[in-house]
Amino acid sequence: MIETTALVLLTVISAATPLLFAAMGELVVEKSGVLNLGIEGMMLAGAVAAFAVTVSYDSAILGVLAGALAGAALAFVFGVLTLTLAANQVATGLALTIFGVGLTALIGASYVGVPVQPLPKLDVPGLSDLPLIGSLLFGHDALVYLSIAATLGVAWFLKHSRAGMILRAVGESDISAHSIGYDVISVRYRAVLFGGAMSGLGGAFLSLSSTPMWVEGMTAGRGWIALALVVFASWRPGRVLLGAYLFGGVTILQLYAQGAGGIGIPAQVMSMLPYLATILVLTVIAAGPWKGRLDAPACLGKPFRPST
Amino acid sequence: MALKIEPRREVSRALVYGTPVLAIFLTVLSGFFLFAVMGYDPLTALYFFFVAPLLSLFGLSEIMLKAAPLILIAVGLAMGFRANVWNIGAEGQLTCGAIAGGGVALLFWGDEGVWILPVVCFAGLLGGMLYAAIPAFLKTRYEVNEILTSLMLSYVATLLLSALVFGPWKDPMGFNFPQSRMFTDSAILPIILEGTRLHLGTVIALMIAVAVWVVMSFTIVGFQLRVVGLAPAAARFAGFSRRRLIWLALLTSGGFAGLAGAFEVVGPIGQLVPVISPGYGFTAIIVAFLGRLHPLGIILAGLLMALSYIGGENAQVEVGLPQAVTGVFQGLLLFFLLASDFLARYRIRRVPS
Repeated sequence: MIETTALVLLTVISAATPLLFAAMGELVVEKSGVLNLGIEGMMLAGAVAAFAVTVSYDSAILGVLAGALAGAALAFVFGVLTLTLAANQVATGLALTIFGVGLTALIGASYVGVPVQPLPKLDVPGLSDLPLIGSLLFGHDALVYLSIAATLGVAWFLKHSRAGMILRAVGESDISAHSIGYDVISVRYRAVLFGGAMSGLGGAFLSLSSTPMWVEGMTAGRGWIALALVVFASWRPGRVLLGAYLFGGVTILQLYAQGAGGIGIPAQVMSMLPYLATILVLTVIAAGPWKGRLDAPACLGKPFRPST
Repeated sequence: MALKIEPRREVSRALVYGTPVLAIFLTVLSGFFLFAVMGYDPLTALYFFFVAPLLSLFGLSEIMLKAAPLILIAVGLAMGFRANVWNIGAEGQLTCGAIAGGGVALLFWGDEGVWILPVVCFAGLLGGMLYAAIPAFLKTRYEVNEILTSLMLSYVATLLLSALVFGPWKDPMGFNFPQSRMFTDSAILPIILEGTRLHLGTVIALMIAVAVWVVMSFTIVGFQLRVVGLAPAAARFAGFSRRRLIWLALLTSGGFAGLAGAFEVVGPIGQLVPVISPGYGFTAIIVAFLGRLHPLGIILAGLLMALSYIGGENAQVEVGLPQAVTGVFQGLLLFFLLASDFLARYRIRRVPS
């Protein structure tokens, strides 16, 4: 029983980690007042780049770095369009996703069906063998720990660091931040690049750890779920963590229910669960009694161009 | 000497219509380099991509066939985009329309009667509208973001279609393939040009686009939609109901997408299969922007985007170019378009330092 529980919880971690990376990145982006809808495209870029580099150079570290860089590279394109050229953020984000899906399919075509060495597990001798706790806390790959560390880091950064406070100020009131001398565009560029790198890491985790292979469009809407998670979390890092694991749980529940098979529900109907859960959660969040405390950054999605 | 960027007092009309041409040019130029990098002869690849399909009647008819759903969906979406209602789930509404239309066609399988086809098309329209009503309801009642809900529902619709054709609607004589029975003639759209696949739905789609142009340009509803997008405060002050316009925008775009889906299954496909659209619902978003959210512009943009589909297939057959190039082109085109918009809204002046 303990063994099964541990196994289930392990798969939950593996389903939650890509969501956590992408949503935590998007949280920072949105806190700076920018809405990037291109997460799906950036995650795919990260997934294919990480996979290709790992296979070609036989180095997981280089692969993961390449994933983060690829996500950031796409985010840079988004930044040039929406920050420098003040283009519509919704349309640009969609373009990023469409472009990312196409480009990664093109690049990844020769990697379909190629095997890859999954990310190494960091086993702690002795501790990893403890029942339940051992396999839950120890023996994951480095990216799982990095995702948790990133959550703590982002939470600290936004709340306690000077740069984090400037970032929030930029997101709440770009004009005031600009008038007291902060470079709004530069702060937003850095946030967008960070978000891209995080999405890229999420993608890298997908193609190197949770399903160690490359499949066209393998993110299957996770980028959009990450976006919903940020709303669900009302822009708070701790709740993003909670949400990511909750959604990871729903995804796994669905897989196990399919495996059980006997309940007579078609597999496709079970696969709808994560998407339906997203809609349900968004509705509950919007309709609930806590409505007034949603806390969306005031300048979210508004283009800003300094007048001088 | 320094460069200074300043907003134009008025958005340049010439550039608003000129920038799409610039964006297309830049996309083709990038295509040239992309093909060269990929190791294809760029001129040959571009020829098969953009020119060859235009040289035969069959090529032209195929472009029309693909352009029709794109145009039909995009004119609906554009109405919403103008009012800042972001229906991103047209793909799902299309699928739902196909399920509804195809379901009716299966219901009257083998029956005769001229009334069947109109009922099928109406079911498609209604299916798309009902599916779009979900985000509309959640948006107007609870302020739930319609981008996310409509998109999540797209995944759900695709899975629903798959569940149906793998399950209860599977052709009993179909050797267990995941597809429905072929619809009987009374539920199939008639071909309007001998030797091609052009069907009645193509014409209806174009007529609807023109009708939308008339509505948007000459009626009060069109005016309200434009005002809500351009100046929300003014619209509130004038007493336009935002709620009503959200419903209108979503139901119209959903209905058109549903109709497009029904046209596909009772047109060129002729049965229900797990995948009925090569991403029309998403490509239509690009078409709407490329056409400047204007129905007549959308007709041109739809034809161009259809060319990119046909050209992509053609280049795949002729020079072995991967199909994914089409998506890259489409994304690039939208990037260049959004970037060149900057020129229409701002001007760059040289100022002596």
